[in-house]
Amino acid sequence: MNAVTPLDGAKADSADNIVSRFAVPAIRCAGCISKIENGLAGEQNILSARVNFSTKQVAVSHLPDLREDAIKHKIEQLGFDAQILADNPLAEEKGGTDKLIRALAVAGFGMMNIMLLSVSVWSGAMGTTRDLFHWISALIAIPVIGYSGRPFFSSAFMALRYGRTNMDVPITIGIILATGLSLFETMTSGAHAYFESVVMLIFFLLAGRVLDGMMRDRAREGISALLKQTAPGAMILDEDGKTRWVTSKDLRPDMRMMVAAGDNLAADGVIEKGASNFDFALMTGESEPQHKMSGDLVLAGTLNLTAPVTVRITAAGEDTSLSDIARLMDEAGQQRSFYVRVADKAARYYAPAVHSLALLAFIYWMIAGVGWHQSLLISVAVLIITCPCALGLAVPAAQVVASGALLRKGVMIKDGSALERLAEADRVLFDKTGTLTLGRPVPLNLHHLSLPQKQVALALAQASNHPVSKGIRNALLAGDITPANLDAVEEVPGEGMSASWGTARVALGKPVKVEDHLSCQLTIGDEHFAIELQDDVRPDAVSAIDQLNQLGLPGTIISGDNAASVAKISRAVGLTAQASASPQDKLHLISKLSASGHKVLMVGDGLNDGPALAAAHVSIAPGSASDVGQQAADAVFTSDSFLPVALAVQTAQRTMQIVRQNFVLAIGYNVLAVPLALTGMVTPLIAAIAMSLSSLIVVGNALRLNGAAK
Amino acid sequence: MSGLAILIPVALLMGLSGLAFFFWAMRNGQFEDLDGAAQRVLIDDEAQTTTAQDDDKMDENHDKV
Repeated sequence: MNAVTPLDGAKADSADNIVSRFAVPAIRCAGCISKIENGLAGEQNILSARVNFSTKQVAVSHLPDLREDAIKHKIEQLGFDAQILADNPLAEEKGGTDKLIRALAVAGFGMMNIMLLSVSVWSGAMGTTRDLFHWISALIAIPVIGYSGRPFFSSAFMALRYGRTNMDVPITIGIILATGLSLFETMTSGAHAYFESVVMLIFFLLAGRVLDGMMRDRAREGISALLKQTAPGAMILDEDGKTRWVTSKDLRPDMRMMVAAGDNLAADGVIEKGASNFDFALMTGESEPQHKMSGDLVLAGTLNLTAPVTVRITAAGEDTSLSDIARLMDEAGQQRSFYVRVADKAARYYAPAVHSLALLAFIYWMIAGVGWHQSLLISVAVLIITCPCALGLAVPAAQVVASGALLRKGVMIKDGSALERLAEADRVLFDKTGTLTLGRPVPLNLHHLSLPQKQVALALAQASNHPVSKGIRNALLAGDITPANLDAVEEVPGEGMSASWGTARVALGKPVKVEDHLSCQLTIGDEHFAIELQDDVRPDAVSAIDQLNQLGLPGTIISGDNAASVAKISRAVGLTAQASASPQDKLHLISKLSASGHKVLMVGDGLNDGPALAAAHVSIAPGSASDVGQQAADAVFTSDSFLPVALAVQTAQRTMQIVRQNFVLAIGYNVLAVPLALTGMVTPLIAAIAMSLSSLIVVGNALRLNGAAK
Repeated sequence: MSGLAILIPVALLMGLSGLAFFFWAMRNGQFEDLDGAAQRVLIDDEAQTTTAQDDDKMDENHDKV
């Protein structure tokens, strides 16, 4: 069972097959896995298909002449929405965690074996046996420390090179001193070697790093599955009338590309032939399609909704307006990289204190006249006993538990520093469309329709990509309606859908804007019926804003929309608002607030929010947001409800509370243990017990966060 | 003492082989899809021959999730 879908022997020999990856967010059960894998495996030119359930992705190995969008289409025929995954822009650090896990495994191996030997030394092995065990420990420990300690050594080296200090500096000094001393002890048949303490220290600290890395990877994979990706390429019409497929990076200005209905544009351009409606949601977050015809400018990343058009490319690749905004965001995000994480902040005070303590102990015992050897032993014991386990393990453990709890509630936090910054926020700015509102029209009066009318409406809406049709379709499907059988369904750009139902003519007209909502006419024979649609406020928005207020984050709306529609929403949720704000205005407001000492949380979705999301102290975007918005934000929430925003802030604040408790626990433990070390009473046995006990306590404390996101 | 000469190498070797197995498993992608492994248990061997109706039923279940 569970065989990877059959690899045809002959086909698999051709080494030049290609692996394409697709995001399929709708994979939710074993049935989906087998349906997709078996469905694709039967196709010609596809060698194998493998579903990754955890990341909701499908990897398809296929022959080069099969195009990615053809496979995407096949997955869609199987009943799943699919997105082509290009080289994942967020995955560059994925290999880092794998390296850390290997280092952790090696440290774990070394720790267990050295502990095995150490226990016999502690239980009274003497003379040559003890020396032999110390030697074997050294033989295991030195390569293990060399392999597993690299992450700390290299990070400490980097920090020192730039004249800074971070948490890894005291760790590295401790590791090197303790290893050197233990080696010396071993050579001179000394009584105490600290190899197991050193390896254990590395193991616990690595565990913290691994947790941190896994949390980041998990969120990044989740978010990359949501990304809507600009088109991977376009069908190019050559002078001689032939068409060929060209990938995005090979597109050049003045090429003419044919864009079918339902396709994303791969480059900026001017329409040469045809007219169609374009969905700019990816760029602006506004759901209302815009009608563009010959001579109009269309932008990369927008979706062609209704009719095929031919577009002459004016800018491609790095020159598109999409890339311009990306650059603006890079600049806006610069200052955030100066944020110092809580553990490193603590290390700034902790490391010098510990180092001077160890040095003072050394000097004191030298003056007391016990000899340099005994003095050095005592100062190394101080270093080991004060090992910053609490900083290295407690902070990531707390953050990983909290982000796991949030993930189950549909909030993906990109990394630990995001949680720290989220807890510090004291003001919140909301975008309107797509953030406070759902960003898509929802029908209001469908319950007035009779069942056959609903069935016809569903059948018509199903055949179109228009956001209004999607809104009607989703609402009807949620009501368990099955579509009617229609013939000759066709979509007239700018007019709507029409078809015949038995003998009657049926149509779903184009939406008309009536004051603050959309209205769209359903025609069945001679009967006319108006379906009213509105971009509704997200469920629970009011209570979420209320909660945020109680958590100490008063809010304001800042929107690019006109004053009238902003005023309506601001009344509905009870917030003050600033309307008609350009991306620069939003950026300006944020820098004004930061200058007056506020830490701003920005909640927004569109491309126009991108710079603001990047510039704010911390930011959250909904899962329906533009790619740009999701990449710029620190956290993404996937539900329709607005409550996750309040939940994320609440959990972040609770996490920081636990982190502070962990610091107090760690300091308390040091207060007890350091005097022992200073007086020279700490043996390797006591150090090992103390270290594991303190680590267990802080991890146990962090686990209490598991139920925090309720 | 003579027992140690055997037992310590045995302990080390077992540890090392465990480590090597773990490295192999990581490189082999055994940990890539932990949730998927839990789901795949439920797929029947006969999944290939399921009728369209069965597939539809699965769809319904999955819509309700």
